Amino acid sequence: MRLSAVEWAILGLSLKVGIVAVLLCLPVAFALAWLLARRRFPGRMLLDALVHLPLVLPPVVTGWLLLILLGRNGAVGALLYDWFGITLVFRWTGAAVAAAVMALPLMVRAIRLSIEAVDRRLEGAARSLGAGRWDAFVSVTLPLCRPGVIAALVLGFARSIGEFGATITFASNIPGETQTLPLAIYAALQSPGGDAMVTRLSILSILVSLAALLASEWIARRGRHARV
Amino acid sequence: MLEFDAWKKLGDVIVGGRFTAGSGVTALFGPSGAGKTSILNMVAGLLKPDRGRIVADGTLLFGPGVDLPPEARGIGYVFQDALLFPHLGVEANLRYGERRSRGRPPLIGFDATVALLGLEALLTRWPATLSGGEAKRVAIGRALLTAPRILLMDEPLASLDAPRRAEIIAAILRIRDEVRLPILHVSHDRDEVDRLADAVIAIDGRAATG
Repeated sequence: MRLSAVEWAILGLSLKVGIVAVLLCLPVAFALAWLLARRRFPGRMLLDALVHLPLVLPPVVTGWLLLILLGRNGAVGALLYDWFGITLVFRWTGAAVAAAVMALPLMVRAIRLSIEAVDRRLEGAARSLGAGRWDAFVSVTLPLCRPGVIAALVLGFARSIGEFGATITFASNIPGETQTLPLAIYAALQSPGGDAMVTRLSILSILVSLAALLASEWIARRGRHARV
Repeated sequence: MLEFDAWKKLGDVIVGGRFTAGSGVTALFGPSGAGKTSILNMVAGLLKPDRGRIVADGTLLFGPGVDLPPEARGIGYVFQDALLFPHLGVEANLRYGERRSRGRPPLIGFDATVALLGLEALLTRWPATLSGGEAKRVAIGRALLTAPRILLMDEPLASLDAPRRAEIIAAILRIRDEVRLPILHVSHDRDEVDRLADAVIAIDGRAATG
């Protein structure tokens, strides 16, 4: 299977969008997972529902909400542009943001489960052994959450790479800028004689997703070996 | 020396007590549910009393306006379930506390601790592969290596068979006699208390009034 320069560029852009989306999402997802797993506060149920919204909303609606919020004239978008000169709409960064929002619920879920599975008494043990709050978090809680974080990264990456609806609505389908694998496949399907390209890009999608799954399995296995 | 006079309402009972634990082994003895573990947790700083005072070697750990965090108390705690860190090997578990002893001079060194508790063959193992008695010994070593002022032990002999019990009892007596570390030990077993304790303090939960 020979890829054209355009197809390599599509793959490169998809990987870039997927990786940036996941890295963008990870700290937010961890913080939200922590809040939902460990804290009791008014509005917790509401926050939980909001986090899960992108999972159940039609992705086009999520994209439209992003457009309203982060568009050049949007409440947050205008500030981003005025203060930092950042535009997200029609840019690959916008595609990454859209993918990050779509990946958020999956990542929060995976991390939250791993935080809830940590025996909190181990944190007490760490404190009694002389570790401060932050030290105990870094040396005990975080390593014990590692499988969940890895799962979240893989799930989030796969979700980002596959993102279609929110991306095309918010960042549009611009070749070379926001046209990731699924968007390129969609475009090729629309154009006469695009069948061969559709096949190649679809195979690429499968390979990328498979590679992500295998990588996560490998990392998780390595972690287990260290324990027995 | 530990001076304890602290109380906390937990559900319908007030747990706590008023006692002094000096050198040697002091046993907190009482039925299950009387709040013995809660008292240890209050000493360690893992449970905040509603009122009272806790003083260790002249340092106020808890009192009006004072509530030292657990890591600043210098209290060694051997939990009933050992609570070794599953992601660290035995040696790393032992070193965890040693590295965080906050400038307190070691009671006995790493090698001496390993020898005292017979941990030589366990150092390269992972906690998941240890038996209950082995895990308990590692937990004792881990607490000792933080160079604490006093060692708290929650039911150290629970769920061990007779030979394992004898090993732990021997370890406790060596810590008392060779390391000369005061030990506050919780038990609901009369026989265990008779064999180990130099002083016994009876604990029974008080029903909350008013």
